[in-house]
Amino acid sequence: MTGVALVTGASRGIGRAVALKLASDGFAVVVNYASNSAKADEVVAQIRGAGGKAIAVQADVGDQDAVSAMFEVVTEQLGPITVLVNNAGITDDGLLLRMSVDQWDRVITTNLRSVYLCTKAALRSMIRAKAGRVINISSVSGVSGNAGQANYAASKAGVIGFTKSTAKEVGSRGITVNAVAPGFISTDMTDALGDEVTGAAAAQISLGRLGSPEEVASVVGYLASDGASYITGQTIVVDGGLAL
Amino acid sequence: MERTDIEAKMKELLVEELGLDADKITMSATFEEDLEVDSLGVVELLMALEDNFGVQIPDEEAESLITVGEAVDLVEQKLKG
Repeated sequence: MTGVALVTGASRGIGRAVALKLASDGFAVVVNYASNSAKADEVVAQIRGAGGKAIAVQADVGDQDAVSAMFEVVTEQLGPITVLVNNAGITDDGLLLRMSVDQWDRVITTNLRSVYLCTKAALRSMIRAKAGRVINISSVSGVSGNAGQANYAASKAGVIGFTKSTAKEVGSRGITVNAVAPGFISTDMTDALGDEVTGAAAAQISLGRLGSPEEVASVVGYLASDGASYITGQTIVVDGGLAL
Repeated sequence: MERTDIEAKMKELLVEELGLDADKITMSATFEEDLEVDSLGVVELLMALEDNFGVQIPDEEAESLITVGEAVDLVEQKLKG
C-alpha cells in the first residue's frame, strides 16, 4: 500500500521512528508536531535526504479546530490520507490521590480526544476510497495498568476500546483499525524516569532491556502494509515480554 | 433548485457514492430493505448530501429517513431554509 501517511506527534520518539519507517516504505509522510518545529523539520529533512516525500504540519491534536485545519492543509498539499498513525501522547504522572483535575484532563485530551478527532477526520476520505489504515499507539500501561499513571493508563485503555469499536464500524468499507501497545521504549518520555526506574523496569522485561523506537515502528510499518490486510481491531503488544 | 434537479442529483449520488444500481432507485424505494444500504451507508449519503447541496442535516432529522423520496423532501426543505 502506498499513499499519504499522517503521523501525529512525529517530531521525536516513537512517532519520529514511525514517520521515518513509513517514508522508507514509500509513503508521503505528514510529520505532525505540537511545538517543536525544529525537531519536526529535522525529520522532514531526513526523509527528503533519503529521497522520500514529507511535510511538517503544526497542530495541537486535542483541539478540534486545529485538527480540521491540519486535514485541510494536508489534503490540499498531498491528497487524501490513506494511513493515520495516532501517536501523539503525553504523561503527567502522580498517585491518584494527588492527581489534579488538570493533570487528568490534559492527558485524556492529548492522548484520547486526539484519537477521536483525527480518526473522525481521516475516515471521511477513507470510507470514500473504501480503503485505509488507522494505527493507534496505546501502551502496556493501558493493558496492565501502572501505579502513578491512572490518567495515562485510562487514556491508553480508552484507545484500545476505541480501536475495537471503530474497527467494527468501518470494517465493511475495507478499512482496518489496530493498536500497538509499546512497553518501555527508550525515548524522552522514559529518559525522564531516570536510570533507577528504567533499570528496575528492565529487570522485569523478559528480553532484559528497553526497546527502541524502531522496534515499535517496524510493527506499525507492518500494520500499514498490504501484508496486514486481514488484521483489524487488534492490539499488538511490543514490550519485550514485560506484560506476561 | 427544482425538485426534479434534486431527484436527479440524489440518484447520481446514490450511484456514485454508494455504488447502487441506478435501475433500483425510485422515490418510493426504502434505503434499508429495497436498496440494502447499511447504517454507515446512510451516514455516507448524508455527508454527500451536505457536501453537494451545501445543507446541514442534523442526526435527529436523518434518523427518520426511510425512503429516497423522504431524503429528497428533506433536502428540498433545507434548501428553502
